[in-house]
Amino acid sequence: MTKRGAAKRDISLTVNGEVKTVSAYPMERLLDVLREQLGLTGTKEGCGEGECGACSVFMDGALVDSCLVPVLQAQGSSVVTIEGLAADARARAVQDAFLEYGGAQCGICTPGMILAAVHLLNAKSAPTMDDIREGLAGNLCRCTGYVQILEAVAAAAAKRGAAR
Amino acid sequence: MPGPATIGVSAPRKEGRDKVTGRARYIDDISLPDMLYGATVRSRIPRGKIKKISFGPGINWDEFVVVTAKDIPGKNCIALIESDQPCLADGVVNHPEEPILLLAHADRHALPKAVAAVEIEYEPQPPIFTIEESEQQKQIIWGADNVFKKYLIQKGDVDEVWANADFIVEGEYATGAQEQLYIETNGIIATYDAEHGLTVSGSLQCPYYVHKAMVPLFGLPENKVRVVQTETGGAFGGKEEYPSMIAGHAALLAMKSARPVKIIYDRLEDMVATTKRHPSRTRHRTAVRKDGKILGGEIDLVIDGGAYLTLSPVVLSRATIHAGGPYEWPAVRVQAKAVATNAPPHGAFRGFGAPQSLFAIERHMDRIAKVVGISPAEIRRVNFLKQGALTITDQTINENVELGKMLDRALEHADYHTKKTRFARENEHSPIKKGIGFAAFLHGAGFTGSGERYLASVVGVEGTKEGRVRVLVSSTEFGQGTNTILSQIAAETLGLPYEDAEVAQPDTFDVPNSGPTVASRTAMVVGKLVASAARGIERTLISVSLLGETHTAEEFRAACKKYAAEHGAFRSFTKYEPPANIFWDDQKYRGEAYAAYGWAIYVAQVSVDTRSYSVTVDDFVALQEVGRVLNPVLARGQIIGGVAQGIGFALYEKVEWREGRMQNGQMTNYIMPTSADVPEIRVFFEELGNTHGAYGAKGIGELPMDGPAPAIVNAIEDALGMPFDSVPLLPEDIFEAMNSAANRESEARAPAGVR
Repeated sequence: MTKRGAAKRDISLTVNGEVKTVSAYPMERLLDVLREQLGLTGTKEGCGEGECGACSVFMDGALVDSCLVPVLQAQGSSVVTIEGLAADARARAVQDAFLEYGGAQCGICTPGMILAAVHLLNAKSAPTMDDIREGLAGNLCRCTGYVQILEAVAAAAAKRGAAR
Repeated sequence: MPGPATIGVSAPRKEGRDKVTGRARYIDDISLPDMLYGATVRSRIPRGKIKKISFGPGINWDEFVVVTAKDIPGKNCIALIESDQPCLADGVVNHPEEPILLLAHADRHALPKAVAAVEIEYEPQPPIFTIEESEQQKQIIWGADNVFKKYLIQKGDVDEVWANADFIVEGEYATGAQEQLYIETNGIIATYDAEHGLTVSGSLQCPYYVHKAMVPLFGLPENKVRVVQTETGGAFGGKEEYPSMIAGHAALLAMKSARPVKIIYDRLEDMVATTKRHPSRTRHRTAVRKDGKILGGEIDLVIDGGAYLTLSPVVLSRATIHAGGPYEWPAVRVQAKAVATNAPPHGAFRGFGAPQSLFAIERHMDRIAKVVGISPAEIRRVNFLKQGALTITDQTINENVELGKMLDRALEHADYHTKKTRFARENEHSPIKKGIGFAAFLHGAGFTGSGERYLASVVGVEGTKEGRVRVLVSSTEFGQGTNTILSQIAAETLGLPYEDAEVAQPDTFDVPNSGPTVASRTAMVVGKLVASAARGIERTLISVSLLGETHTAEEFRAACKKYAAEHGAFRSFTKYEPPANIFWDDQKYRGEAYAAYGWAIYVAQVSVDTRSYSVTVDDFVALQEVGRVLNPVLARGQIIGGVAQGIGFALYEKVEWREGRMQNGQMTNYIMPTSADVPEIRVFFEELGNTHGAYGAKGIGELPMDGPAPAIVNAIEDALGMPFDSVPLLPEDIFEAMNSAANRESEARAPAGVR
């Protein structure tokens, strides 16, 4: 639901470490710009109203719903998507744990869920189960009933602890 | 020497790495050159005649491709069981959100305004919205009597049992509509050209259902319709039948525009226009002896099918057969019907009728226990089906079923007896009332009755030039683990490592029809055929002396490579053969209803806050017997996920209806459980050596949807000491019940003179 009041303009932002300039309506959703103009389809749309978290990305380190961010607001900021975590060791540990513990079923919520988990682990190195529950409560999953996701994140956190 | 065993091992999900890295490609991640976007203009009234369609001002209509019913080259229907549902309404509408007209444009942002600018004049007709209104037949909206389907099960002589009964217990139970709420909304891309015909790709469960629907709609030969399933972000039954409708729409636009067309529903459209779980009402009247033994009973079951027949007869069938629960009924009469209302058709959703009728019987068992004055455990123990007993359809239970033992084990895991006593003591002094309750149930795996015989599924396995095997099935992956389980079965059969087997993308030009991916049939029925087709590959290699009767994985690989190098990739196919001595009578509804049943006891512990009237599930024990567990991580994931959906069904997920239309079609106001709402769900598998299907697996996917709602509501009754007989059970329902009970109590206590 893009509001198209103003004309298209060039907007620059850093995406996954690279500066990108896109021509977009100022109120166009960051989600659409990432998916349609930059081909970053790992960011998913679940509800379009900031309820499900499938479109989660990092914006200047904060976890945001990209369906709620007008692209103009992202001008000059640094955005990281699931694709941008390909070389990130912390993300890799979470992804491995998701595979081992059954944290991904249909996979549509998974990129957003992984971002939320990485965000949580960035903020808290040794989260409790309640921390994890709360940290992921903004990301809806209809398949797993969450338990195996929580276990995966706990395992990834524990592994990191042991590695240090 | 065969490779290491893969069955019983938690082999990693085949497509898992793509999913956790965001590389997996769902339908909305795919774009084709010159592609248009499609949108649907829908009915704004529940029932009436379409008088006039006009195209309003402010839109350059020349830019749009417009399709109406007149553009349909074949028969205007979505062929399924009946052909009563049109692809596009032609002159009349029978429910809100019924598709009337289609638009396509290169800029998807141009569509919402255009959809709103199509003006449709109606001549409204009186609608009906509830089971009761449909039964009263004030308006006949379908057939002669608003009834899509009726079933009658009669066992023994019910009319004789009442005279011998110590107690006659009656109850009425209801369940609401429930939205599947897969996180990926529905979507399809269609292309058409005269030479190749029609191709539709998308998020769907049953490629051959879509194929079956497209052939008559377009009047095309079967080989000119191709259906491909792309990565599917959840389905739960919600993508069983409705994708045929969207495929028809995208294909009509593609044919008219001669360009690829993509239709992706947004969340609101997906929720208000597509199928939900059938609402239900069940009445029980049961004759019981003073020791709790059920002598017989009458069960009257009705489900609301919405405006068209779609899958309602099959949903009703499963609801009917499960209506007696896991109990022995010396005499029973089940009268069941599916009725029409002016709402969007209700459809498949995990459990498929069984959660409705099992909610009723499991609430009713607690009610009977209370009347008789024995415990909920004892009433069930006295009546449990055992080996050698007959179900309500006179199917003999041949396997070793130990429900009593399972009940003991589940109650022990839940620490049921200690907690029940403790809660009863502590509740008196606390505004938070705790309770514990449970449900016992069964779930039939595979198609009902003659269903598998009619489906006659075919499965293929291919030996490749790389010396590996590919499983060829129309069975789809949508999170439940099809790719992984079927690869495990093929690998195990051939003694190969798991990595050497894979599942082909479901594409009707490449894979045979292994039946729909529904009814908990994939591991059990399709899996068995995969094992058989895999053995065919092995036989081929043995018959040309490339392979010995016993062989290593390396030898298989070498033989397969060599054969494929000479002959190309080669395939072996297996067709379903109905087992001997299976009897099912579709007319009398008697006989072997299912090839196998899963059995389960679920225990829920709840807290009810009597200040906010909110309910929290504090602990949940799920114990089941589903044959052999093929992949422990996946199996546990199926159970936990089903329980979470069951918690939603019981406590949160309420569809607010107005004039046949869902009013809360958003995730902000239709509430599903979050990670903060789901307790630790403790999963236990009982393996009793009951084996069916491939490597002993029975169905698993739907079973966990059946037990949570009755277990939770039984626990709430335990906490509050008052019965609740419908779900969803929201805080406002509890508030109302508690306050009216309090009013009744104070009235009763008031001195006679005051009244």
